[in-house]
Amino acid sequence: MLDLRGRRELGDRAFRWMATGAAALVLLVLGAIALVMTDRARPALEAMGLDYFTTSRWSVPEALYGVLPFVWGTLYTATIAVCLAVPVSIGVALFVTQIAPRWLKRPMVYAIDLLAVVPSVVFGLWGVLVLSQHAGLGRSFLTAGIILAFMITPIITSLSREVIETTPTSEKEAALALGATRWEMIGAAVLPHSKSGLVGAVLLGLGRAMGETIAAALVIGSALGHLTANPFSPGNSMPAVIANEWGEADDLHKSALIALAVTLFVVTIVVNLVATSIVQRSVKQSRGAVA
Amino acid sequence: MNKALVIGAFFSLSLATACKGQEGGAERAGAGASGGKVTLDGSGATFQKPFQEVAIEGFTKANPNIRINYAGGGSGKGRQDFADQVVDFACTDAPYDSAGIAKVKGGDLFYFPTVLGAITVSYNVEGVDQLQLSAGTLAKIFQRDVSRWNDPAIVADNPEAKLPDAEIVVAHRSDGSGTTENFTKYLDLASGGVWKLKSGSTVEWPPSTQAGSGNGGVAQIVKSTKGAIGYVDLSDAKASGLSYARIKNKAGKYVAPTADAVSAAGEGIVVADNLVFSALDAAGDAAYPITAQSWCVAYAKQADAAKGEAVKAYFRYMLTDGQKLLGEIDYAPLPKSLQEKALAQLEKVKVP
Repeated sequence: MLDLRGRRELGDRAFRWMATGAAALVLLVLGAIALVMTDRARPALEAMGLDYFTTSRWSVPEALYGVLPFVWGTLYTATIAVCLAVPVSIGVALFVTQIAPRWLKRPMVYAIDLLAVVPSVVFGLWGVLVLSQHAGLGRSFLTAGIILAFMITPIITSLSREVIETTPTSEKEAALALGATRWEMIGAAVLPHSKSGLVGAVLLGLGRAMGETIAAALVIGSALGHLTANPFSPGNSMPAVIANEWGEADDLHKSALIALAVTLFVVTIVVNLVATSIVQRSVKQSRGAVA
Repeated sequence: MNKALVIGAFFSLSLATACKGQEGGAERAGAGASGGKVTLDGSGATFQKPFQEVAIEGFTKANPNIRINYAGGGSGKGRQDFADQVVDFACTDAPYDSAGIAKVKGGDLFYFPTVLGAITVSYNVEGVDQLQLSAGTLAKIFQRDVSRWNDPAIVADNPEAKLPDAEIVVAHRSDGSGTTENFTKYLDLASGGVWKLKSGSTVEWPPSTQAGSGNGGVAQIVKSTKGAIGYVDLSDAKASGLSYARIKNKAGKYVAPTADAVSAAGEGIVVADNLVFSALDAAGDAAYPITAQSWCVAYAKQADAAKGEAVKAYFRYMLTDGQKLLGEIDYAPLPKSLQEKALAQLEKVKVP
């Protein structure tokens, strides 16, 4: 009896150590990554100074590294993607949960979840073959934005659907009982209830669009040194530049690419932080509304 | 999701740096000696990857105890891997620069030229069978000073051709590449100051151009786009069935990229004592001017006996029997004199 209890305590203790160890390891690795990356990014940042972030020329032969167009390209393509994906995603999610007949619902959910796990290189190649060549869009911000939209639509749809499905039936029925049409019911009961969750779903999609490497590298056009808002112009994004240029990079060029990775890291973290704070605020608001 | 991606990327980078620190050579020595089998790892230039593939196949058939892995990844990666001693040999389209050579950890190294190959200027213009271009016109086309096929500069190179009044679509590499480096070096060297974008593994192409990934990606753009022009290595241009231009060489002759014209360029080069040279813009009537070269590098003092012997044997194969395989894959063999110099240098590689 006593023996058994001792063993159980041992198990408890071992579990606690393992869990603590795993947590510490994550922080340690993250810290080590930040340290090594920043250290290796230093030569380029020292050589370029603030110009690294504020200028637009990226000329390897002249050792000029300005990443403004890539930061812009990342945010721009991600924004295009989100603008295209969100109406479709939420529309599909509403259709599946509110409108679709029961027999159609299951296969649709299954198909959407399946799309969410297609590897990005498949989307990229499809984009090159169909959008760039057949549809004649070439390689541009818009092509990249469309491909990214295809990639994030299933994710946003999948999450939105789950959020929307948590709307209490009582609220929906209350709206209908008051004489609301289905559309008015969605506006009055479903959307207010799911708002924070939907924002979260969109931000997850945005995050994926920003960090996407291969699909963007294949279709964005790999333009260097141009800052333009023309969606039909070839552009570039941070992950695409790193993927394209790493293999042949030497010394300072390599350091500039690592600095770009650090920049991407920071931009992603900032976007995530802003996103989280928005979600939390809107969660608080909607809780307040319900209470 | 994106966090996981980013962290994954960072993690692999930090792993790469962690590997830098350790002495790869010493650690591998035991593994090579213990069994009868030896495995050599190489990485680097994608330009000569087709050659490495056929050479490895031919060599390991005759030497079943030796396994060789050649990972492409680019010349820059090859030089870095070799400097950090994570590979036994590396291949590169360009020698180390002075900053790069200082970071090589395994002591002195030798350059062994292995292949010569043509970079074609492939195009897709209906009704033009044999386009002719000079370096100056090429420079103007690729930096978009000339944007239509019937521009006077192109007409001057092609007095007899019927050039259409059509837009030129310039295709270039989206990834960093030794091919881009050699092509831009050629334009810098031969265009008489017309070329403004300098040379490097990536340059600032004008915005109104198209980028494709790898030689295959550029070939694909040229093939599928009317009015397109791009630089593609000969084997990929042939594989895609592209037409390619005759380029005006130093002697003023327009020469097509053929194995013979590439070999002729090899005859006209000036080779330094360490076997470093450039085959670009070579002298000689028959020389194709955009001829690139590629080397494999090995340490002068091998750390491990079994591996050292294997490296020497493989390099000897590449420089002798391997040269005979080059024609089939659209590269050209080294000129005799250079081959002899390389073999003599191979004797200087010391194996413990």
